[in-house]
Amino acid sequence: MGGFVIVGAGEAGTRAAFALRETGYDKPIKLIGAETHLPYERPPLSKPYNGAVAMKAICSAEALLNAGITYLPAVEVAELDVAGQAVILSDGQSLAYDKLLLTTGGRPRKLSCPGAGRALEFRTYDDAKIILDSVNASRSVAIIGGGLIGMELAAMLRGKGLIVSIVEAAPKPLGRAVPSRFAAKMHTRHVDEGVNFHLGVGISEIRDNTVLLTNGAEVPADVVVAAVGVQPEISLAEKAGLATGNGVLTNPFLQTSDRHIFAAGDCAAVEQHGGGHVRFESWRNARSQAQTAARNMAGANEAFSAIPWFWTDQYDLGLQVAGLPQPHHQSVVRALPTGEMEFYLDEGTLVAAAGLGIGNSVAKDIKLSEMLIAAAVSPDPAALADAGVNLKTLLKSAKAA
Amino acid sequence: MSWVSACQLEDIEQEGAIRFDHSGRSYAIYRGPDDSVYCTAGLCTHEAVHLADGLVMDFEVECPKHSGAFDYRTGEAIRLPACANLKTYPAEVVDGEVRVALD
Repeated sequence: MGGFVIVGAGEAGTRAAFALRETGYDKPIKLIGAETHLPYERPPLSKPYNGAVAMKAICSAEALLNAGITYLPAVEVAELDVAGQAVILSDGQSLAYDKLLLTTGGRPRKLSCPGAGRALEFRTYDDAKIILDSVNASRSVAIIGGGLIGMELAAMLRGKGLIVSIVEAAPKPLGRAVPSRFAAKMHTRHVDEGVNFHLGVGISEIRDNTVLLTNGAEVPADVVVAAVGVQPEISLAEKAGLATGNGVLTNPFLQTSDRHIFAAGDCAAVEQHGGGHVRFESWRNARSQAQTAARNMAGANEAFSAIPWFWTDQYDLGLQVAGLPQPHHQSVVRALPTGEMEFYLDEGTLVAAAGLGIGNSVAKDIKLSEMLIAAAVSPDPAALADAGVNLKTLLKSAKAA
Repeated sequence: MSWVSACQLEDIEQEGAIRFDHSGRSYAIYRGPDDSVYCTAGLCTHEAVHLADGLVMDFEVECPKHSGAFDYRTGEAIRLPACANLKTYPAEVVDGEVRVALD
């Protein structure tokens, strides 16, 4: 017995299970999930269809069966027996493994103020359902945290006609993940849509129908949602003595400090070329790390090197970011018919790009930018700024050079 | 099946696509690098995303959200997460006008 065991049945764990089969691996694969549902996609949770929370399964039960993947839902893992190469479940059962993949994801950070227990969390399908059910009987919502999740939720709730307030400790919303140019535009849009912002202020107490701020202001809130970020779920790894930091630490091959154990997705902090470990929380990162980890578990020796990429949809706006824009990068702006692109150059080399437009209108140009970034080109800034220059042309001339 | 006039060939960028809505349904019409034209269902089979917003390279279109990809000549899903093929429809150019044969 033995085979491969995957702890965590989100996007990363599920993709890894199938990717292992795609490598031709034919021994047992067990996929352990904490939730009761079939593995499902999280991005649609903040975009309800016809007033209901969208449940979009990543795969059918039949697909799991056909691939010979044993899916164990609603199972709690108690601990890892690293020396004995086994996963111990909370019911005492022990699952032996030849190799183990940790795709345990993250969990919402908790508030610590008085009344914090009144705040709802937003991570799982069940969380989304509770939020939607609660707001259907309410008039006002306060969202604690003006990051991507808080802002997406605000857009969705404004669409339902609720009074929406965002409380953010930083002076501006979306400060962490979104380049400032687009963070400002999205902030403006939320203000135009009627969202009330309370910036640069903390929470003193969450009461029954209000949130009391540190500046004394009271924000009306029949429902309070905490969206103050995610922390990696590393407790199993910590208890087992694996190297951890802001995530389960891995080498560039997504292998942890134990050579039989790999990590991927939101929980993994991956060693970078220039030093340090970086953890990404995005749908695509979960999938691409899962695929690399699966291939390496099956015997390959591939360093993970994908360019970070994410999107967010708020109202009718779509933002996409490829690469990691930094304040010290040279910025080049390109105007588009329904939006705008910003390119980021580091000593002349294109290293990141972001775009904001109606719907998915920037997707094509972001994808081309990603290919230009991967090719490590140093395009003429004037060509980048000129919407008349097709990025495809730049890519083709870069490839020909 | 009936032939419908969709647009002019010059309305579509070479190696590009446009969205075409007809009778409450959405389609994508492609112009290949060799100026050949093709028509597929407009929405990605993975999630309902308009493919015409995606990048066209050679004879491949990529979903603008999840990077699933299709060969738009045959509708074949060629990259995950897309796994169901796209329905295709006959398309032709007559005197610079693109016509498609829809159900």
